[in-house]
Amino acid sequence: MRVAPTFNVALRALRRNKLRSVLTALGIIIGVGAVIAMVGIGNGAKAQVEAQIASLGQNVILIFSGSTTSSGIRTGWGGAGTLKIEDAEAIRREVPGVIGVSEEVVSTTQVAAGNQNWFTRIYGESADYFDIRQWPLADGAPFTSQDVRSANKVCVIGRTTATQIYGNESPIGQILRIKEVPFTITGVLTPKGLSTQGVDQDDIVIMPYTSAMKRVIGGTNLRNINVQIADPQQLEAAQQQIVSLLRQRHNIRPGRDDDFTVRNQQEIAQAATATSRVMTLLLGAIAGVSLVVGGIGIMNIMLVSVTERTREIGVRMAVGAHGTDILTQFLIEAVTLSSVGGVIGIICGIGASKVLSAYANWPTLISISSVAIAFLFSAAVGIFFGFYPARKAAALDPIEALRYE
Amino acid sequence: MNNGAIVSLIDVHKTYRTGEMEVPAVRGVSLEIKRGEFVALMGASGSGKSTLMNILGCLDRPTAGHYILDGADVSGLDRDRLADIRNGKIGFVFQNFNLLPRTSARENVELPLVYSSQRLTHSELREKADRVLASVGLAGREDHYPSQLSGGQQQRVAIARALINQPEVLLADEPTGNLDSRTSVEIMVIFQQLNERGITVIMVTHEPDIAAYAKRNVMMRDGVILDDHLVSQRSDAASQLQRQHASTL
Repeated sequence: MRVAPTFNVALRALRRNKLRSVLTALGIIIGVGAVIAMVGIGNGAKAQVEAQIASLGQNVILIFSGSTTSSGIRTGWGGAGTLKIEDAEAIRREVPGVIGVSEEVVSTTQVAAGNQNWFTRIYGESADYFDIRQWPLADGAPFTSQDVRSANKVCVIGRTTATQIYGNESPIGQILRIKEVPFTITGVLTPKGLSTQGVDQDDIVIMPYTSAMKRVIGGTNLRNINVQIADPQQLEAAQQQIVSLLRQRHNIRPGRDDDFTVRNQQEIAQAATATSRVMTLLLGAIAGVSLVVGGIGIMNIMLVSVTERTREIGVRMAVGAHGTDILTQFLIEAVTLSSVGGVIGIICGIGASKVLSAYANWPTLISISSVAIAFLFSAAVGIFFGFYPARKAAALDPIEALRYE
Repeated sequence: MNNGAIVSLIDVHKTYRTGEMEVPAVRGVSLEIKRGEFVALMGASGSGKSTLMNILGCLDRPTAGHYILDGADVSGLDRDRLADIRNGKIGFVFQNFNLLPRTSARENVELPLVYSSQRLTHSELREKADRVLASVGLAGREDHYPSQLSGGQQQRVAIARALINQPEVLLADEPTGNLDSRTSVEIMVIFQQLNERGITVIMVTHEPDIAAYAKRNVMMRDGVILDDHLVSQRSDAASQLQRQHASTL
């Protein structure tokens, strides 16, 4: 094969029709640029979701109390009050691999200090909670197991709650009145930002669950239990053991439904990332359509080019060009158009996602693999859409081609 | 079979098929052309001379019969083998020059070398092309585009292109059809000089005064050879040109 001279011939033909080449490549530039930018946005969103899921803590199993139906009204998870403090203690005692358990009760209420007041969420937890959720304190200290045992009137608060009530003042050691009960603030949590559902995770007051049950919420039922397992390998086994332990404790006969629900964090993460993966795919597919349209543009212009240059093809064949020489020449033209377009498109796409990140505040993430795939895909578009015109050129009869007016 | 003949056609037929109709264009032509001949192939349009020319140029294959070129039967070869023969053994000159537009004279002349089996470096290509261009009187015009050249100059570029691979046979299809009479004579000067140097020339023409520059005239009609004779009073293009030149002074 005489590839090098054929390459020159192809490049010269492209240079000869600069405007046309640029416009044809523009279709691919827009297509590849759109793919890169869209997939970048999708991946950025996915990474953000993953970070938020990770902020739930590592290797966490959540056990929710079952729902109950009263006069035809179902309460939703946690409504039936089937989880007791003893259940949590049994898990702590009997399930191997457990490194942290936090009994959880939740309420919302008005809190006040001085002349300020604020409506916020109250979480009752055990002292393990901060480790389970990997949620260190920005300032002060967390409450202790001793505080939990004694149901002391202590709490830690989130950044949002702190700012709303104390402004720039340090809330450590201050008294916060919750349902007229004075709680001493021992610490302020590091900010976590919005949850996947868009809830401000820093608008919160966390206190020992014993204090919450006794002094704020009342009752002896847990909404849920957070369990942390040492090793991700043990997650499934631990989850099964928790189910059988709780069924046994709740005297549920075989064949009857659980009166609780167990979820592990991986499941939650999978559900959330599946959504963003679908979004990435969808964006990529829409952008891919424009890449195909760009490819059709190449095919169109190559067909025009073959017709225009029929005489040239005839001359080349008359002086000894093989069909494959002509095929290669036109294929190289098409692939050059598409891959140069691809490279420029990649640059434009990266630029576009940087601009989106900077001005629209969308997280974007350009991966090497998406760049490589976009480039290979654009080259493939050139081969695919260039092949038909090139084959048409190669199949021309030299006599007919020479006679073509 | 090889008795000094560079080209021999043995009972060659070519029939075109248009739908149900079979149109015979060449109906049994046998022809022998020896090395160093200068043959003018003549005939009215539709006489089959262009079809015969395409077969001689290995652009087309006969439907029946044999074509022996330089001792080898080429009538049954496939497209690629025919392309190699055209590249190495045949030089083409067309009525409408068929130069690549927006491509310099030098690059036009280099074209057959691009598809040649011999590998030449860029500078060797260039040197060779310039030498051939100079031999047809176009030294100094190597970088001109066809659009910057006159018809006669364009045809000389085409002749240079035909000569670059040192072909056995130079085939010219109405080489003077698009040229004025004076330029036609100039082209004939080149053809006669080339023939003098031993190159076999086969030229299709319908003009008797152009055919008179050849050594042998073959007349065709209705797909068969009607007449085949040596030219008795051969025109000498070079002296004619000199006379023309003198008369304009």
